[in-house]
Amino acid sequence: MGHSLKRKEDARFIQGKGRYVDDVKLPGMLYMDIVRSPYAYAKIKNINIDEAMKVPGVVAVVTGRDLEKYNLHWMPTLMSDTQMVLPTDTVMYQAQEVAAVIATSKYAARDGREAVRVEYEPMKPVIDPFKSLDPDAPVLRTDKEGKKDNHIWNWKVGDKEKTDDVFSKAEVVVKEQMHIPRIHVASIETCGCVADYDKVNNHLTMYMTTQAPHAIRTVIALVAGHVGLTEEKIRVISPDIGGGFGGKVPVYPGYVIAIAVSFLVGKPVKWIEDRSENLQADSFARDYHITAEMAGTKDGKILGTRFKILADHGYTDASANPSKFPTGMFSIATGSYDYDATYMECDAVYTNKPPGGVAYRCSFRVTEAVHAIERITDRFALEIGKDPAELRLQNFIKKEDFPWKSPTGWIYDSGDYHKGLLKAMDAVDYHQLRAEQAEKRKRGELMGIGLSTFTEVVGAGPSKDFDILGIKMFDSAEIRVHPTGKAIARFGTKSQGQGHETTYAQIIAEELGIPAENIAIEEGDTDTAPYGLGTYASRSTPTAGAAAAVAARKLRDKARKIAAYLLEVSEDDLEWEPGKFFVKGAPEKSKTIQEIVFASYTNHPPGMEAGFEATHYYDPPNLTFPSGAYICVVDIDKETGAIHVRRFVAIDDCGNIINPMIVQGQVHGGLTQGIAPAMYEELIYDEAGNILNGTFMDYLVPTAVESPKWETGHTVTPSPHHPIGAKGVGESPTVGAPPAIANAIVDALSPYGITHLDIPITPFKVWKALKEKGAI
Amino acid sequence: MLKEISITVNGQQHTLEVEPRLLLVHMIRELLNLTGTHIGCDTSSCGACTILLDGKSIKSCTVLAVQANGKSITTIEGVAQDGQLSPLQEGFKENHGLHCGFCTPGMILRATELLANNPNPTEEEIRWGIAGNLCRCTGYNNIVKAIQYAGAKIRGEELPSTEPEFV
Repeated sequence: MGHSLKRKEDARFIQGKGRYVDDVKLPGMLYMDIVRSPYAYAKIKNINIDEAMKVPGVVAVVTGRDLEKYNLHWMPTLMSDTQMVLPTDTVMYQAQEVAAVIATSKYAARDGREAVRVEYEPMKPVIDPFKSLDPDAPVLRTDKEGKKDNHIWNWKVGDKEKTDDVFSKAEVVVKEQMHIPRIHVASIETCGCVADYDKVNNHLTMYMTTQAPHAIRTVIALVAGHVGLTEEKIRVISPDIGGGFGGKVPVYPGYVIAIAVSFLVGKPVKWIEDRSENLQADSFARDYHITAEMAGTKDGKILGTRFKILADHGYTDASANPSKFPTGMFSIATGSYDYDATYMECDAVYTNKPPGGVAYRCSFRVTEAVHAIERITDRFALEIGKDPAELRLQNFIKKEDFPWKSPTGWIYDSGDYHKGLLKAMDAVDYHQLRAEQAEKRKRGELMGIGLSTFTEVVGAGPSKDFDILGIKMFDSAEIRVHPTGKAIARFGTKSQGQGHETTYAQIIAEELGIPAENIAIEEGDTDTAPYGLGTYASRSTPTAGAAAAVAARKLRDKARKIAAYLLEVSEDDLEWEPGKFFVKGAPEKSKTIQEIVFASYTNHPPGMEAGFEATHYYDPPNLTFPSGAYICVVDIDKETGAIHVRRFVAIDDCGNIINPMIVQGQVHGGLTQGIAPAMYEELIYDEAGNILNGTFMDYLVPTAVESPKWETGHTVTPSPHHPIGAKGVGESPTVGAPPAIANAIVDALSPYGITHLDIPITPFKVWKALKEKGAI
Repeated sequence: MLKEISITVNGQQHTLEVEPRLLLVHMIRELLNLTGTHIGCDTSSCGACTILLDGKSIKSCTVLAVQANGKSITTIEGVAQDGQLSPLQEGFKENHGLHCGFCTPGMILRATELLANNPNPTEEEIRWGIAGNLCRCTGYNNIVKAIQYAGAKIRGEELPSTEPEFV
């Protein structure tokens, strides 16, 4: 623990020996390509496959009508909505799958795709979510019996009456309308699969880019059980994954079509989407329109908040949230501050845009929540003329008040918010920066300092509240120690770059005293690994990491019994130090863990089960609540609006740290995915529902030039309920960074009466705002 | 209509019959089964397919296999020599310059040419030098460190610390 062990997984990646889905090549494999809709909303009048079938190498073209015969043309979403696999009559968004071409090579499949002729009758789409509930808006989901509008659901939490009362009496009320843009995870590896159905054995092996292989196996069984693919006949293998960030949680139509085709033709079928398909059709993230309000006193005490959300889910609710949480963990939006009046409400609507609502390195809508609270907190500070750092220090929940019950019911496990912010302020020399800013303002120069002091909520989750399609959100570890004292451990999670092969080995090494290099870690094969819900929402360390520690402790208990037998003493006479048991007062009488393990196979005590294995399914008693204090400093060119991030300091608290190098690496990466939506990324649609930036040429993933040199540090407030006191961290920076950047930019512009800008804040937006305010 | 091409890949001569439209990256991955070269986009934007063509880093998704006729290419599989990691491979491992590993082969090959032309680049030169290669995981700090480490190794200087500055 606490050691920056170099990663065990790196050797294969730096030598080109990683094995990703597109590297899987099976004998007789066919290739699939997908015909997609050019329209956002249209009736399909005819699909002509004649020319496509003449293309050399094309073996089949599959349409919705073909799948309909097997009742495979629809599938459930994770939020219990429904989604077309392939349409029979109507397309609901641009780039929707319309037909699949199967061929003997990648190039033949693409040629076939170009030769499929589809006749459409375009209809007027619903693109603007604010107009989706208009009485004259067309009802999009006519497949749902009795559906009379485009409303999906309404969600609310908090005490409306009390909060309205606080607002009506408050000295100060501030309000801003914010949009958290529609963005895309854009992992550098796109999504894909090789579906390999073996007709003789009636068995499916599915190689697939999935963050949750076990859950996917169950979903496939639920969707395809009626055609004979029951769960024991399905093996899902999630090989090396080239980045996930939430985009590889859902089941996309392409996967299902590949399975269906492999099932029908009895050959392996590979489907790898290209980047345009990935950006244009795979689940998006965010797209929340939030009205945020804060009430407080003139001297800076926060008294209450209100958040009203309009959520644009596109054509179906394909969010990836725990089932009972349609808005994910948005209710963490009360933030790091001590007040007790809040009310939040969300209406979700359908539009003719791709479905989704998944994460983007964000723990179930926490980014939306943190942006809302951190922006409106700065707005409040601006309104009363108080320094935003001072205002935060005044309102923070105090260290001694943990565990702390939030007004929406979360029990924050631990935190020391004052310490984190003071450390960040010290790192940037905050007061000196404010002095510099005052000087620059006198000269009309634009410099801004932005803060974000966020509380995250990760590690879903306790089974009483958290499930996905009914399956509780525990996670698992199985440790097998071989006779020579070397081990393999398997998990229900699946790394997509987080370094599980190293950190899990370190946890077990810490608990059992077996060196980490002697512990192999395996994930991503449902035939071998114990069941688990997968890796997303920063849950792996809080759940599977905990399972590893508990399973190892079960083995240590067994080791104690064996050592007592071998040393002929009572168990109470033994003491443990990492790697061995020794007799109290006689340290020369000892047995190493390797000797004990060997004995478990060769000389185990009478009546004891032989071998040295343990499994644990860990059901966390609570979530973990990491936190952070981020400070961003920007300089803005007044004439062009160009924004230069001069410094960005991130102080994170994720409890006890297993591997500082990996935690810091996670923070760096999360910060770049924080600046991305804050300044660069947004999926933009025109009024007809055409995506305007569906490629990497115009969807601006930050390069090493846009990404600042991050300065990072940490504080440690252990989680009191986690076996090793750890919390999740992978998403904290993505959650915390955007408001720090937005606050810095607005701070720079605030002398001109600018109180808010929606992210992504581009030079043009800045220039336009300055122009409107007459500043230039 | 197939066209015969002759190409040296990681020091080994290959004669292949290819469609004139075949992209070099597909030749490498599908015909030679060298799957360390990855595909991350279809617009030459991400750099996951970067290889060396006669020593120059190129995006192999934007070059036809026939254009490489008579030339020599190096892919990630050919970077380590006699089981010895190259300074960049070592730098990436020692400095946590990779997470998921998908962009890594392209980054390493791009940086190989960068250091060949400029063995002592500034941080800014490194950042601009790899601006044609996208990484979604690392936030680039440690990729920059990895390249600085490799530069020091190539120059025979004392190696910079690989401990994270995370206090």
